[in-house]
Amino acid sequence: MDPINHNAIEVNKLKKQFGDFVAVKDVSFTVQAGEIFGLLGPNGAGKTTLIRMLTTLTPPTSGAATVAGHDVVADPNGVRIAIGVIPQALTSDPDLTARENMTIHAKLYGLTGAQRQELIPRLLESVGLTEFADKLVGSFSGGMRRRLEIARGLVHSPKIMFLDEPTTGLDPVSRTAVWEMINKLKQGAGLTILLTTHYMDEADRLCDRIAIVDHGQLVALDTPAKLKDSVPGTDIVEAEFDNPPENWDAALEQLTGAASVANHSGVRHISSTSGPVTVRELMDLARDRGVTVRRVSVQGTTLDDVFLYYTGRQLRDAASESARRDIGYLYK
Amino acid sequence: MKFQRIFAIIERDMRKFFRSPALMMSSMIFPLMQLIVLGYAFGGKIKGIKIAVVDEDRTAASRDLRERFDAIVAGPRTMEVMNYGSISDALVDLRAGFVRAVVYIPADYSQRVEQGNRPRIAFIEDNTDNFVTSELFTRMQDLVRDINQGLNPFQPGQRLTVPLPRLNPLIDLQVVELYPYIEYIKYLLSGSIAMAVFIVAMIGGGITFIDDKSRGLHEGYLVTPITKTELIVGLILSGAIKGLMAGTTITVIGGLISGIDRLWDPVRLFYLAVVLSTTSAAMISFMFLLMVRVSDPLVPRAMFGVLNTLLYFPSGAIYPVEGFPVWLRWISYIDPFTYAVHALKALLLKNTGFSGIYSDILILAGFTVLLVSLSVAFFKRQI
Repeated sequence: MDPINHNAIEVNKLKKQFGDFVAVKDVSFTVQAGEIFGLLGPNGAGKTTLIRMLTTLTPPTSGAATVAGHDVVADPNGVRIAIGVIPQALTSDPDLTARENMTIHAKLYGLTGAQRQELIPRLLESVGLTEFADKLVGSFSGGMRRRLEIARGLVHSPKIMFLDEPTTGLDPVSRTAVWEMINKLKQGAGLTILLTTHYMDEADRLCDRIAIVDHGQLVALDTPAKLKDSVPGTDIVEAEFDNPPENWDAALEQLTGAASVANHSGVRHISSTSGPVTVRELMDLARDRGVTVRRVSVQGTTLDDVFLYYTGRQLRDAASESARRDIGYLYK
Repeated sequence: MKFQRIFAIIERDMRKFFRSPALMMSSMIFPLMQLIVLGYAFGGKIKGIKIAVVDEDRTAASRDLRERFDAIVAGPRTMEVMNYGSISDALVDLRAGFVRAVVYIPADYSQRVEQGNRPRIAFIEDNTDNFVTSELFTRMQDLVRDINQGLNPFQPGQRLTVPLPRLNPLIDLQVVELYPYIEYIKYLLSGSIAMAVFIVAMIGGGITFIDDKSRGLHEGYLVTPITKTELIVGLILSGAIKGLMAGTTITVIGGLISGIDRLWDPVRLFYLAVVLSTTSAAMISFMFLLMVRVSDPLVPRAMFGVLNTLLYFPSGAIYPVEGFPVWLRWISYIDPFTYAVHALKALLLKNTGFSGIYSDILILAGFTVLLVSLSVAFFKRQI
């Protein structure tokens, strides 16, 4: 497979309907070979359903998708052999050891004894589980299990990895470890990775390109930097001054790029289309007027802003919306 | 179909099985306990039932009758006779439960015997306990028959001095017993073995299967290239191996407890292994088909008691199928337990060899093929 001009995943108007509820609405995108592609969205946005259709676990209602050149409906086994899947739920068997989990999976993929002997210790080593290889998985922490499952997903040397919310429920240290593993995979094995997440920082840090998913639809798709650039006027310049003169806020509003000024008990929040330019002018203005700048900082556009811009609401609001749907009876 | 994948599923199941001794123990303790408790509770002969005898006749004929009761008291000791002076006292004690039956010999008994005018004895029974009643009634019938045989049917009041072989109108039934007397615990053993196999199928094929499913473990397997036939055949074979192990263990332990003769006869052990293998395969397939679309882990737990009652009791394990009403017989026909119990009884109680079990084996194997095919048809490879 040529990594440059071959799309690893092609999704064309994929749709999934459960009764009246449309979980995924005519989604189309392509993932290039060798990139880390992120599906970002709140719980209930349809990310897991989308990933299940691509990994042959759920049949699509309509539309088409090919994974590594195999159609997910017509040739599911071709897809299964080409992909490694780390589902959202922890699927390693707690009653077996790490090595046994790996062995059983390797056998299901048809690996020979010699291949297993060679690969399994190496994979366990790469996820830092060598000393726990013969311990029961039931005694593992969530992070260890997730790392084991990543190793297990690699046992048949797949071309494409699917990771459904790989760090949900993990502590910060384990999250960082999983991120490092994912980066290493991309660099080392040249894998194509499709992951879903509802963490902005995770998407920002790992993904080459991000698709924002909301209510089963793709609302934006680009690199993290371009997505942030596409959102107007959302750098925030935060500044504090000693003895600011009268009409100081009005003067601040005249700065290049400044869109609005808000005074939060002495701390000015200037929203700007270009943070660095506004800061330079602010410093000049303060010097000319003899105002002492006690503190100044620029907060660039975050993916939170991007999400807000494209969906009209904060990701955390979307999350509580879906929580309300899940545990609505608690609100009544 | 790739055997490597089937063996991988079997390997997984067997490793899990040997890591959970609780499962192994529970699959054996319950049937053994049932065997011992039921075997000893129901197996014994009923003895010492208190009956009241009220003799208002007080003649030689009535004394003869009372002596016959005393003979039962001295012999099989089925009853304990208490003499009452009046029928009303006896009836009060009968209602109060101090005696289980009252035998009333009326004042005109001997007179009617002399006249050949249908002499009557009243037998008043507390019929709330069927087992006691039927045992007493059998004794009473024997007793009355014995007296009748001593009376001359042609000349009322005349005792026969010589029997009338040519003219005796009564048919004498001669019973030939093929096998030595079977204690109830031996009779129950076959059911307990089948029960052990059933519990393993229930826990392995029902409870753990659904638990693994609801914990998401299946999702990990479904993303691999395994086909549904491979997955189901693997799960059923591993269940059958577990059932065979549990069944063999109960056969040996239960056989020793109940005292089966020549338990180590190698030919019989071989046939037992064949019966246990087919039984295990049929039971696990049955359970698998029931659970193939279930995902709530509470369902198999809730169904345990229902299935146990519905499969074990109609199988003839504790009471012969011939005693069932028609609807219950139909359950027994489609119940794999029935054939397992029949084959195990044939081997353990009668040591029939292959001729006594081949039809059961064929039926159980047919069941398995049908149930596995249905399971494959209904199993959802997708989530």
